[in-house]
Amino acid sequence: MSRTESKTWGVMAEFESVDGILHAAAEVRKAGFTRWDCYTPVPVHGLDEVMGVRPTRLPWIILIMGAVGIGAAQLMQHWMNGVDYPFNISGKPLISWPSAIPVTFEMMVLFAAFTAFFAMWIANDLPRWFHPLHHKPRFARATNDRFFVAIEARDPQFDEQRTADFLRGLHSGSVETVEMPAGSKKMPTGLARALVVMSCAALIPPAMIYNARHEPSGDPPINLVPDMDDQAKFRPQGETPVFADGRMSRPSVEGSIARGELREDTAYWTGMQGEIFIAKVPSSVKVTPELIDRGEQRYGIYCAPCHDHTGSGNGTVHQAAVLLAELGKATWTQPTSLHDERVRGLPDGDIYNTIRVGKTTMPGYGSQIPAADRWAIVLYVRALQASRQQ
Amino acid sequence: MVSSGSGMFSPERTKQAELEGLIAPPLVRGRDDFAYLTETVCGVAEAKRPPKAWYVIFGCGLLLLGTLLTMIVHLVVTGVGVWGNNQPVAWAWPIVNFVFWVGIGHAGTLISAILFLFRQGWRTAINRFAEAMTIFAVICAGMFPAIHVGRIWVVYWLFPIPNQMNMWPNFRSPLLWDVFAVSTYFSVSLLFWYMGMVPDLATLRDRAVTKMRRFWYGLFSLGWTGSNRQWHRYERTYLILAALATPLVLSVHSVVSFDFAVAQLPGWHTTIFPPYFVAGAIFSGFAMVLSLAIPARALFGFKDIITERHVELMCKIIMATGMMVGYAYAMEFFMAWYSGNRYEGFTFVNRASGPYWWAYWIMVSCNVISPQIFWWKKARSNMILVFIVSIFVNIGMWFERFVITVTSLNRDFLPSSWGYFSPTIVDILTFAGSFGLFLTFFMLFCRYLPQVAIAEIKNVTPHAHGGAH
Repeated sequence: MSRTESKTWGVMAEFESVDGILHAAAEVRKAGFTRWDCYTPVPVHGLDEVMGVRPTRLPWIILIMGAVGIGAAQLMQHWMNGVDYPFNISGKPLISWPSAIPVTFEMMVLFAAFTAFFAMWIANDLPRWFHPLHHKPRFARATNDRFFVAIEARDPQFDEQRTADFLRGLHSGSVETVEMPAGSKKMPTGLARALVVMSCAALIPPAMIYNARHEPSGDPPINLVPDMDDQAKFRPQGETPVFADGRMSRPSVEGSIARGELREDTAYWTGMQGEIFIAKVPSSVKVTPELIDRGEQRYGIYCAPCHDHTGSGNGTVHQAAVLLAELGKATWTQPTSLHDERVRGLPDGDIYNTIRVGKTTMPGYGSQIPAADRWAIVLYVRALQASRQQ
Repeated sequence: MVSSGSGMFSPERTKQAELEGLIAPPLVRGRDDFAYLTETVCGVAEAKRPPKAWYVIFGCGLLLLGTLLTMIVHLVVTGVGVWGNNQPVAWAWPIVNFVFWVGIGHAGTLISAILFLFRQGWRTAINRFAEAMTIFAVICAGMFPAIHVGRIWVVYWLFPIPNQMNMWPNFRSPLLWDVFAVSTYFSVSLLFWYMGMVPDLATLRDRAVTKMRRFWYGLFSLGWTGSNRQWHRYERTYLILAALATPLVLSVHSVVSFDFAVAQLPGWHTTIFPPYFVAGAIFSGFAMVLSLAIPARALFGFKDIITERHVELMCKIIMATGMMVGYAYAMEFFMAWYSGNRYEGFTFVNRASGPYWWAYWIMVSCNVISPQIFWWKKARSNMILVFIVSIFVNIGMWFERFVITVTSLNRDFLPSSWGYFSPTIVDILTFAGSFGLFLTFFMLFCRYLPQVAIAEIKNVTPHAHGGAH
């Protein structure tokens, strides 16, 4: 506990009124001191001018940080709602600034206010643990009803005796020397250690989060309140006493078609059973004279232009195309005759499939001709083939 | 700002001139020297025991706070079904209470910031008080949406914090604007309040006789010395904070009104809402300041600092803002008729004569009719009457939010979905409990912190100005 000899911090003088401090400040400034200040219970108006305190630059810092707040708010909102997780709200543009105004305003105020608050304390060299003046009992009245001038020892003109005499000459109520108590300027060691430990400990959670976000893990997510994980509800394959058969899953109502079940009859919809074309029209198609008549009519619309009404492959389109091909203006392959031995031997499913998706140069007609009509056309083609055979 | 008449006339003539309204009475009555003001304000925090009434109010506050915590635990464990909220009135008391408290929270910053910018010297007597009220009222307000979300443990989803779902909040929602507005308002008000208090905490530190006081006041006064270079930056910053807080006050209640106005519901979807809400907030905030200041000035001996003149000025503001909200009520009816919108028209007829007619007329009598008594100076100087009217205004403003929220929702477009909202006992006890939260904080503030801005009140006396004598 060795205390080094106390050094002088400066000299302070007490005044009773605003007039006293204004006069003293003017004199101290005139005497050419630079390291000095007035200490008052209220902000004394006019003292800044008398002391020659230059306007603080804090407003500019606050202005800049307010502008940073505006930029940060706009970037944050546009990035979060327009880029990283696009939010479509009533089809409005993903990035548009008007709806971002309220949050932008609030963040401007937030940034500027926090800057104002913290920058002011930093500029004032506060908070501080200790000030030599606070060790003078008389100085306690500086926050109550007395006004003080203190000239610091680091002022080049400072001389303990002469400066004190100078202050006495200003009609001060009392002039005292202020010592710098040794060793008290430092932060207590215990507190410093605690701060270091706490700062290190504060880094652990962000480090864990960083690690968790970059390392794949097979563990289930941590859910502190798993209230949504275990809910009273019906699950597939579950049991329940509510229904006679004891099953949670209910069979569908007769005649209803569930989503995705509409085209389960693949033979009817694709003409195929597994990978193989079906030989005859599927059983779900009821073959009637009316259906064949329907097929004739549809054949006349969709097929005859190329394949001809007789099925010969000499339709009007073919005849026109041959002329163009002779003039060298088109390339053309004649439509297949439906009376070919090969075509006659095809299964019904293959003809159906050809109508649906097309074959070689023939395009698919699936989008124009509904499935029922395709089967009708298949039946009519068979009728055409049968008519040539006799 | 400060009467300079005292030097020119004899005391009798000054008194006479004051009575005739020729000069404003001084802001501080009786002894106004610095030491006396310090003693008066600090004496409360330094007294061995507070007044007996303090124990009574603090005890009530603690009791209600306990009720509130019990109700919140009950709510969180059980779910929001313990409240009366249900279709069609899904927004009920929690939102009403939120808007009620956040409205009260507006007077503090208004008094501190706007009156400061307008150089209204009389604000210094009540600003600390009103700012503390703001902080605690905003805490009460913020609590309601937080517990209203249901799964309170994921309340952080309100904020743009990276989460495991890789989702962000929707910035086009007024509800999210509200999160930003209220949290910004709370933090800026807290900074403003605390910063204003630092020189006064230094005064308490320098007067401290016990080790505890020296440590705690010393810690929070940040080593303030009152150096003029510190005062210079401090005053500049205080002015800027006031300039920032002024539009902030107006923005916060505007954003709160967007919660309603941006919705399509008749009765909510009106452009008058932002100014109407702001006027209502100032109205209710001043009423609450009076409800607190009138007992406090009697209880803690601040009658020379918070004078009849202060009370009178606040009464005038209450009367003015009361007429503004009265105008808004009338204008809503006019617009409902003038727009020719049948749904809007129905909503307003339903408001005044439907199942909640009683709530509507409580609102009108408390907010529009009762402050009219302040036209008479006798009424403005009668502290008991002023206190009673301020309580009426508080009641009326709660009912205003109730009327806006519940009557618009209970009968909307589809008559088959109409319903009648009734609160449950949990609703009522939670709201009563929020007063416990407020009172507990406020009583602790009254006991341990400087209730009046000492440095600022000194500044409005003649002693703070050179060459005044």
